[in-house]
Amino acid sequence: MTGRRVVITGFGAISPLGMTADDLWIGLSQGKSGIDKIKAFDPVNFTCKIAGEIPDFKIRDFIPKSFRKSTKLMSRDIEIAIIAAKEAIESSGLITKGIDPENINVDPTRFAINIGAGLISCDLVELAPAVAKSLTDGEFDLKKWGRDGLNAVTPLWLLKYLPNMLPCHVGIIHDIQGPSNTITCAEAGAHLAIAEAAQIIARNDADIALAGGVEAKVNPVVMIRQCLTKRTTDQNNDNPTSACRPFDADAKGSVFGEAGAMLVLEEARHAKDRNAKIFAEITGTGSSNNINPAYENLETDGTGIRIAIEQALNEAGISADELDLIIPHGTGIAADDKAEAAAIEAVLGSAVSKVPVWPTKSMVSNTGAAAGAVDMVAAICAMENKMIPAAINCENKAHWCNLNIPTSQQNADIKYVLSCSYTYGGQTAAIVLKKFDS
Amino acid sequence: MPNNNKKHRVVITGLGLVNPMGHDVETVWQGMMDGKSGIDKTTIFDASTFPSTFSAEVKNYDLAKHTKKPQLHKDSNRGSSFVIKATIEACTQAGIDVETDNPTDGIDRTKMGIYLGAGEGSVENEVFFRAIAKAWDDENNKMDWGKWAQVAFSQMSPMCELEQEPNMPAAHVAMVTGARGPTRSCLTACAASTQASGEAMMMIRQGYADIMIAGGAHSMIHPLGVTGFNRLTALSTRNDSPQTASRPFSASRDGFVIGEGGAALIFESLESAKKRGAKILAEIIGYGSTADAFRVTDMHEDARGAIAALNAALKDAGITYKDIDYISTHGTSTSENDSIETKAIKGAFKDQAKNIPVSSVKSMMGHLIGVTGAAELITCVLALRDNIIPPTMNLNDPDPQLDLDYVPNKPRKADLNIVINESFGFGGQNNVIIIKRFTD
Repeated sequence: MTGRRVVITGFGAISPLGMTADDLWIGLSQGKSGIDKIKAFDPVNFTCKIAGEIPDFKIRDFIPKSFRKSTKLMSRDIEIAIIAAKEAIESSGLITKGIDPENINVDPTRFAINIGAGLISCDLVELAPAVAKSLTDGEFDLKKWGRDGLNAVTPLWLLKYLPNMLPCHVGIIHDIQGPSNTITCAEAGAHLAIAEAAQIIARNDADIALAGGVEAKVNPVVMIRQCLTKRTTDQNNDNPTSACRPFDADAKGSVFGEAGAMLVLEEARHAKDRNAKIFAEITGTGSSNNINPAYENLETDGTGIRIAIEQALNEAGISADELDLIIPHGTGIAADDKAEAAAIEAVLGSAVSKVPVWPTKSMVSNTGAAAGAVDMVAAICAMENKMIPAAINCENKAHWCNLNIPTSQQNADIKYVLSCSYTYGGQTAAIVLKKFDS
Repeated sequence: MPNNNKKHRVVITGLGLVNPMGHDVETVWQGMMDGKSGIDKTTIFDASTFPSTFSAEVKNYDLAKHTKKPQLHKDSNRGSSFVIKATIEACTQAGIDVETDNPTDGIDRTKMGIYLGAGEGSVENEVFFRAIAKAWDDENNKMDWGKWAQVAFSQMSPMCELEQEPNMPAAHVAMVTGARGPTRSCLTACAASTQASGEAMMMIRQGYADIMIAGGAHSMIHPLGVTGFNRLTALSTRNDSPQTASRPFSASRDGFVIGEGGAALIFESLESAKKRGAKILAEIIGYGSTADAFRVTDMHEDARGAIAALNAALKDAGITYKDIDYISTHGTSTSENDSIETKAIKGAFKDQAKNIPVSSVKSMMGHLIGVTGAAELITCVLALRDNIIPPTMNLNDPDPQLDLDYVPNKPRKADLNIVINESFGFGGQNNVIIIKRFTD
């Protein structure tokens, strides 16, 4: 990084593979898939009827008693953020107001938060009774809505759906008074949020930051959007676990899901002074744009991804062949995977046959704004466990894919990992993690 | 690596603005000098029965008149359509080529990034409500998702769905400019585009980019947006007098007036601006960002976070509160904001608080939500340029509790050297930027 060194001292993840980062890693390392038939609502008439859903939970179990009233103001995205943040902070050994108000060991004014968040869709079941009050001859009547329907909407309704409410609720629980930002760059959001938090610490505007990504995509409004834009597979409803096939010849589209993953970033000396366990160092960040007139997809050569990766490697001060692992975005949308593969191959050059490229969405599903943070947690776990699990659902690599996708689990002493992402619209991001060397 | 976080000075070399008072920077500014209002009865949808029937709409706007590539942007949401024009205007002033595959301006596109504070697009209202109405089973209190999906599949437009995503305005700006450098978009409620501008400045200061297109895009003038703010009782309901409804700091203020717009500023490293011979409009010298960590519904009662953000920005700029010549307030015209903001100014500016002129251009242009901070930052640059402070209009019955110099009802000549722009957002987001007249 440009400026002070930034390390990772904690992490948490809640995903279709389980309620904790451990669950995520165990699932990934065993090649389990968290994708199944949708339970949150009846997806009859949806072209895609499968998704990655988080196991059942009650938010009351994850928040201090004094915050229970505020659960009424929490959309599912906010709940997921709170759960991931709690695990991350607890794993770091930091004690915030939300962990134990008697033994706080952080300075709230030097504590930042930065979350990649999605477009939170409103709960139609909550709106529907108000709509029902606004009908004239069975048709929706906006005049009636203004008069009657509107007043049936709960007064604080809007506050559940502002994306910045994720860091705000988490920040209130843990008393985080430094810079607070919400990056809304869809599937590139988490990487961009983590990069910004690292830059904030590097430039000395905070010593600690909670950073990551969260999105709850398994609801009718978001799922219909993915169906309408034809980003989902519509051919694998009967085979959920093999439905999402990044870089595979039989890829038919992505499968969406929900997750939240948070990292605790810390200035290196601050972490050492409190004898924190340091998992890794963030040494490089990059970001750019894909520019394509058909902007729902990527440009075919993935130029915007290549630039982001090159920037991250450049800031990290390493060459591409020094990478021990790449975790790509790999969605299972063939055209996008092809563009990403082209970008990674362009960066790796002859090292393309050597550097393992391990996609995770086949197991976790595409969790939108959470995806990059889930992959960062996966990267840390791979480093810690000195192991790269096997990819699943890529038995027959697509003919255009020259990437080295691991078909079996391999032991690996990982020094450098690169994780990257991109989104419809065009923003791209990449981060280089380095095993910590004091 | 050494802590070398101030290695580049950052200057402003271009401005672009579409807002309720006009479709370009100079028209908006002239309107402010004349004390005009951009507020009127809502026409985008039939709001006649809503608690608030008026808003600050961008009027008679046709993107096709401003872009060479209307087809490329035909699906853009209102916010995107405004920031596309604002970007073209700002880049043109700064000498940056737009809407071409072969720019000849000599700028390395990988060192040119984008940072917007941008909001979501509107749902397709008719289909959205119709689908719910068709699928709701009132007797059993549940949705029939099969019916809902049928309406959705037959009537919702895929591109309109995609364009609701808040990252889309930045995508359009990338297509207009060819920017391939660091790009982000944030949405921290009403503080978003000030935060975007501050972080964009940091990208250049830290060496990640030479040029950043900073700004914002947003429109919440749609049935769900107005419903949300009306239910929060945040909007003025002075339906009989829209033009005087936004009256920051007055005793009779009763809420903000919802507006919309797009704003773009070209931020550039001093080296880059000099090398290109670009005209420098101002220098950005300070940025402060904090969170209240208090309540999602209210600002901190002692303005703790706002004061901390002001102090952080002053420290970042290496100046003291005595150096400030003008404060462009958040000044929303809500009871809470205007009194707590006054408290914040007193907390940070101490003995000088009553001597520093402060004003709110929201009295004229309304509250542009996510894009408001960047729009106001543009007015700060113009205030510096012309040595004139835009007024707080409609301030005829001052709130006796609020006793700063709010520059009521007419613009004021003043020697301006350093000015501050403040933005605060729901949830306790506080962002402050300081700009200075450029001297080498």
